[in-house]
Amino acid sequence: MRIIFKTRYDQDINLAPHGGVVFWYSLLAIALVAAPLIVAPFYVGEVSFLFIWSLAGLSLMVLTGYAGLISIGHAAFIGIGAYVHTYLIRRGVPFAPSLLLAGLAATVAGVVIAVPAIRMRGLYLAIATLAFSAIAQEVFVRWEVLTGGSRGVAVPKPQFFGRTIESETGFYYLCLSILVVCILGVLNLLRAPTGRAWIALRDSEIAAQSMGVYLAGYKVLAFAFSAFLAGIAGGLFAHKVGYLTPDIFTPILSIQLLMLVMVGGIGSIHGAIFGAIFLVLLPTVIALLRDYLPAAIAQQPALEPGIYGLILVFVVLLEPQGLNGLWRKIKFFFSQFPMYKSATFKRQKTYMRTERLQ
Amino acid sequence: MAEFLQLLINGLAVGCIYGLVALGFVLIYKAGEVVNFAQGELVMLGAFAAFTFVVQFGLNYWVGLVLAMAAMAVFGGLLDMVVVRRIVGQPQFSTVMLTIGIGVVMRSGAAMVWGPETRSLPTPFDATTFHFGGVVLSAVYLAILATTVLLGLLLFCFFRFTRMGVAMQAASQNQLAAYCMGIPVKRVLSGVWALSAVVATIAGVMLAPISLVDTNLGAVGLKAFAAAVIGGFGSVPGAVLGGILLGLIDLFSGVYLPQGFKDTAGYIVLLAVLVVCPQGLFGAVGRKKV
Repeated sequence: MRIIFKTRYDQDINLAPHGGVVFWYSLLAIALVAAPLIVAPFYVGEVSFLFIWSLAGLSLMVLTGYAGLISIGHAAFIGIGAYVHTYLIRRGVPFAPSLLLAGLAATVAGVVIAVPAIRMRGLYLAIATLAFSAIAQEVFVRWEVLTGGSRGVAVPKPQFFGRTIESETGFYYLCLSILVVCILGVLNLLRAPTGRAWIALRDSEIAAQSMGVYLAGYKVLAFAFSAFLAGIAGGLFAHKVGYLTPDIFTPILSIQLLMLVMVGGIGSIHGAIFGAIFLVLLPTVIALLRDYLPAAIAQQPALEPGIYGLILVFVVLLEPQGLNGLWRKIKFFFSQFPMYKSATFKRQKTYMRTERLQ
Repeated sequence: MAEFLQLLINGLAVGCIYGLVALGFVLIYKAGEVVNFAQGELVMLGAFAAFTFVVQFGLNYWVGLVLAMAAMAVFGGLLDMVVVRRIVGQPQFSTVMLTIGIGVVMRSGAAMVWGPETRSLPTPFDATTFHFGGVVLSAVYLAILATTVLLGLLLFCFFRFTRMGVAMQAASQNQLAAYCMGIPVKRVLSGVWALSAVVATIAGVMLAPISLVDTNLGAVGLKAFAAAVIGGFGSVPGAVLGGILLGLIDLFSGVYLPQGFKDTAGYIVLLAVLVVCPQGLFGAVGRKKV
């Protein structure tokens, strides 16, 4: 068991609370940098997909997990990022400014949807984002100059100073570095007053307002920041898939992202990564599983969404903290080893809480 | 003019269906503050249940309808008892994710049981049409309008005059107070789910002649959701009126507005309504007080 002796107030918000964290993350960093040298190119490509999912999950995690605002339309932000980035890069804009502009375009969309959202709460907000994504998808189909309509548009390979990144390995390092920068940015934002205000308004709007948190401003900020990250994820995603069509950015993508956040563990950066690993691995696992199931079930095309839905239901019912909660329990078990009590994580009995005026 | 009237009637009929599905949402939301994203899938299952009894078992249309409603009532009640009841008191995000998950499971379950093909459910009024000065009225649409009015009256009487209806109202106004007055709140909530599933079944059966029966029937849930929000989520008449408004918008925008607005006009109106009055047109939900 480790006891952290705090001698300065700053220690409360240190990114790494103790040396062990630094050690393990350094090890992870070395492994990630060295991985493409050892692993086959196919898996390198899959892992860069994982990084993009993580980035998209991170953006929804900030909005839903930390600011407590539900978005069922995140696919729209990713789509805007992807299309703007593709359009700019086809017009010869260099990679980095193009990606930033894509993020900013998504940010503008985020602010546009957030301004009505200031006055709405949970449910109304969710449906407003859903409506927004339905409209955005129709715009993707109709605005042919920008998006190529339903025929789609090809995405060129990313270029740096005239050199094209052709290999999977180059793209892997590109995604990895952007993801790391974004995670560090989010971590820093979350330990700053902004992040604390988000968490406060997530836990209780009334209490947050009483403490002087400007609700409307922080909600718009959460939307803007989340949309920016989603736009960047969209730009990278465009390169990864190579060809954009409007039917990529359906509500199904939004729901997959929500599932990523929920299964990974709401309200944790680890959760976004765990959720992305889960989403990338699950289709493979299901494909393997099909061999062991009776033919009548294994041949069903509806098997995969069914398993997704079942997992979602069981996570909500049994482990609301998701994979991250599971990971923390395992860690706790080993750190407390002979003294572990299962009652530590026993869930409290909950009662109906009303959102309504009585 | 004739075209206008025609669209008006058809829009009213489609809107009535949206309104009925929205009614199911609102019943569940008022009772337990659970936002049921699986309502569209309940509609789909209801239509498939009717299809099973009427076409596959070859029963009389009305007998099959009643059996389907009974089966769906049991299903809705069980859904609440076995699954939804466990997350009482969890944050709203959990309920949203849970019902989305349930919806996905129901949809793929239906695809496994009934297959992905599109089916049609024959009704007793299929071929009949009436002509009134250039306006062609299909019996199906008239039946939809009549059923909605009838169902509205029945529900009104149910909530006003029966013990169960009054208990449901009490439980949805204040659970604790209802519990103290000796109302079995848990059982009443399951009853609300059963009732909502029955309403969804009726909506599904009415939708079947218009849009055929397949696993995508659940998409009507999204429209109905928008309808419920336009009407103000806590209001039963608001939900039906919101549905009718949305149905009219859907049909008129498909004809009079440029291409592409058919699927989005409803959502644009929804956003506009939310911007102008964030609690919906008929919502009475204020800010929570401490």
